[in-house]
Amino acid sequence: MGVWQSYRLRLQRQRWKLRAHRKSRELTVVADRTGQIGRNDILLFCTLRNEDVRLPYFLQYYRQLGVNHFLVVDNDSTDGGREYLAQQPDVSVWTTAHSYQKSRFGVDWLNWLQSRYGHDHWTLVVDPDEFFVYPFCDTRPIRALTDWLDASSIRSFGAMLLDMYPKGRIEETRYARAQDPLEIASWFDAGNYAITRNARFLNLWIQGGPRARAFFADKPKQAPALNKIPLVRWDRKYAYVSSTHMLLPRGLNLVYDEWGGEKASGVLLHTKFLNTLTLKAQEELERRQHYADSKEYKAYAAGLAGNTNLWCKWSEKYINWRQLEILGLMSKGNWA
Amino acid sequence: MLVHTALDRAEQVARHWVAGGCPVVIHVDRKVPRAIHDAFAARFADLPDVCFSPRHACEWGTWGIVAASQAAAEMMLARFPTVRHVYLSSGSCMPLRPVAELRRYLDARPTTDFIESATTADVPWTVGGLSEERFTLRFPFSWKRHRKLFDRYVDLQRKVGFRRRIPPGIVPHMGSQWWCLTRRTLSAILQDPDRKVYDRYFRKVWIPDESYFQTLSRLYAQSIESRSLTLSKFDFQGKPHIFYDDHLQLLRRSDCFVARKIWPQADLLYKTFLGDDAAAMKGTEPNPGKIDRIFAKAVERRTRGRPGLYMQSRFPRDNWENGVTSSPYSVFEGFTELFEDFEPWLARITGARVHGHLFAPHQVEFEGRQSTFNGALSDNALLRDYNGRAFLTNLIWNTRGERQCFQFGPGDSQFISWDIARDANAQISVISGAWAIPLFQSNRNFADLRTEAAMLQKIESEHLSALRSPWAKGRIRIWTLAEFVESPMEALQQVLDEVGIQEQRRLSEVPRMVDLTGFGQFLQNLKNQGMHPYLMGDFPVDPAPDNAQKPARKPYLVR
Repeated sequence: MGVWQSYRLRLQRQRWKLRAHRKSRELTVVADRTGQIGRNDILLFCTLRNEDVRLPYFLQYYRQLGVNHFLVVDNDSTDGGREYLAQQPDVSVWTTAHSYQKSRFGVDWLNWLQSRYGHDHWTLVVDPDEFFVYPFCDTRPIRALTDWLDASSIRSFGAMLLDMYPKGRIEETRYARAQDPLEIASWFDAGNYAITRNARFLNLWIQGGPRARAFFADKPKQAPALNKIPLVRWDRKYAYVSSTHMLLPRGLNLVYDEWGGEKASGVLLHTKFLNTLTLKAQEELERRQHYADSKEYKAYAAGLAGNTNLWCKWSEKYINWRQLEILGLMSKGNWA
Repeated sequence: MLVHTALDRAEQVARHWVAGGCPVVIHVDRKVPRAIHDAFAARFADLPDVCFSPRHACEWGTWGIVAASQAAAEMMLARFPTVRHVYLSSGSCMPLRPVAELRRYLDARPTTDFIESATTADVPWTVGGLSEERFTLRFPFSWKRHRKLFDRYVDLQRKVGFRRRIPPGIVPHMGSQWWCLTRRTLSAILQDPDRKVYDRYFRKVWIPDESYFQTLSRLYAQSIESRSLTLSKFDFQGKPHIFYDDHLQLLRRSDCFVARKIWPQADLLYKTFLGDDAAAMKGTEPNPGKIDRIFAKAVERRTRGRPGLYMQSRFPRDNWENGVTSSPYSVFEGFTELFEDFEPWLARITGARVHGHLFAPHQVEFEGRQSTFNGALSDNALLRDYNGRAFLTNLIWNTRGERQCFQFGPGDSQFISWDIARDANAQISVISGAWAIPLFQSNRNFADLRTEAAMLQKIESEHLSALRSPWAKGRIRIWTLAEFVESPMEALQQVLDEVGIQEQRRLSEVPRMVDLTGFGQFLQNLKNQGMHPYLMGDFPVDPAPDNAQKPARKPYLVR
């Protein structure tokens, strides 16, 4: 890496930090329980809007994994989700009515919260429809993973986004509050992912899955990125650049091995494709607050109106992390 | 017992030892704050058989750990005169078998020292590429905190040719730092008149805790069992593997007395092995090999990975793939052009999965022309061409255990031309120039045919140069069309032998060759138009009609 490039990346990182600091003024405290955060606590950061129906199961899932505290930015919810969160004993909530887009899709808000509260903690950044799966997650809490990462001097842990979908039309089954969304969206694409390396930030760029297959087949370059690095031993110097796809300093993006070996990695089960999506796609289209002019939502709205069924006869039904490991979607690496 | 974190667990283990009749000397790392240390020590007020030795700062790979062991051992020998064997353990070690069983075991071997101890030349575990140099260079800088400085100083010493003198009389040995020594050996080491010399020397050796006692015990021990009683597995970075609750059955089946390292929050393990149900190990057959296998596999996965897999945490650079794809497959070029029913015939005779032109320009021709395939691969050509290599490697990975065959030709998108050429799993059979046959059969204007023929020939010639390059690793056979038509049976037999026909007899059924009457004239016409078709070899302008048609008329061979 040239000195010049290194310098420019550093400038860029500092710009994001400054921006995050500026954007922090947009946040208003709803419930601040950050005083409870212990020295080694594992923290979860999240931005959301109108996800009330998903919250109970979301909190339950991550509490069970061993997350100690939730820090949530609520982007002007109107469905009572904010009030629900504010009542939870282990959740701190901020709210804002400002533009999601202008906060770079929530990254600025979370970058600030992370540098403020996440320094020297293991931090997990996920959306309410993403469920983190890692090797041995059925027998070992997330603390076992972070302890092992600490012992191995690993600072960041990759988990690819795996789009889950139901069998049949998405509209067909209604998601009930507090239900496990994987009961409905339990299918996924096992082996149609294309990877390239980003020379500038060193991260991998993964595309594919049902979204590429069904919505972006004629414009594959625009298909959503699936590479994510949600679990990081945070330092106030770090910054997410674009969603949780990549970080600066860029050494944090090296969650893959280049010499033939496999590093340990997990998966984020993405349960976006529930019946709640149709309504959301409509709403988000009107707000135009999503990535690249909401191209994705436009595609969903078009696709969903035509009753797209993402399921095909080669879809795999989700069983557990071991299945994902065997399929080569994640790896135990040298954790045994 | 060396302790630095998880003091609760250390207390639990210490109490377990004491309950088994073993006095315990605890060394707490000096980095643990005084207040915490004192509170910890106070918790043992009820146990006279537990003492605390003078504290040293223990950093990995440095002298502190040896100094701590020495101090603790001295205290143990002085305070408890009845002790015969001294076992060095840590706060994250856990006895797997009842303490009484260990005592019986040692009682039966009263003069044996259990310490893993091998000369540097004979051990494979060398972290940082230092084995013998551990003993001949100086290491004043911390490997953990000042890696760069450490490495540079090592390099400098190598360049200058610096070598420390090893004190006379000792031969450096290395081994696990967790030993069990007899009073006789241990006291001889600690009371050696030359101990000052040795200490001064080992103080600057790298990772002395793996060599100090290991080397010196060789001087005094009556009988050394060169193995550790502590089960401790190391990964490729040289740090110990950690045991969790889900290892319970594995640990139960191992025959080891003590295991490390146990995750402090592995409640089930602590409950099982330190609980009242001390007979947890009884009656089970010892099987330490299984643990070895699991951890060896983990290291293998981390260093070698699964061949042909490209995923979020394994994305090898070119030529580091350890196999471009995961399993063998076959590529046929020009066969569907020459034979009328090649695909179904091949599927029938080999039992393999036979696709059409997977890289056809407008659509992926999966077997049976299905719209998706294993792993939910789409038949969309744009998606495929967006990353042709990923498409190929995905397909082969998704269908592990089933041989894939597909057609390829100059009419297809050529992104994978080089990938299949350099893939040792690829079996590529080419009838060069066969692309001219569909042109010959078509009813298009000759001017168009001429242009297309020129283009296809150019593309195929480039592809062939990839296949013939020194980087090509696949099993590649190339015939010109003329060669192939001359003796198609032998050629087919050769190809099929490699794919692996289910019945090992000679071919009993052959595909039907298209009628090539007039093909020679067609080529001549191309030549006459100034386009020189050369990839099909020397095709006679007017072949004796009998020759060309024989295979077509007689699809069944009589041996």
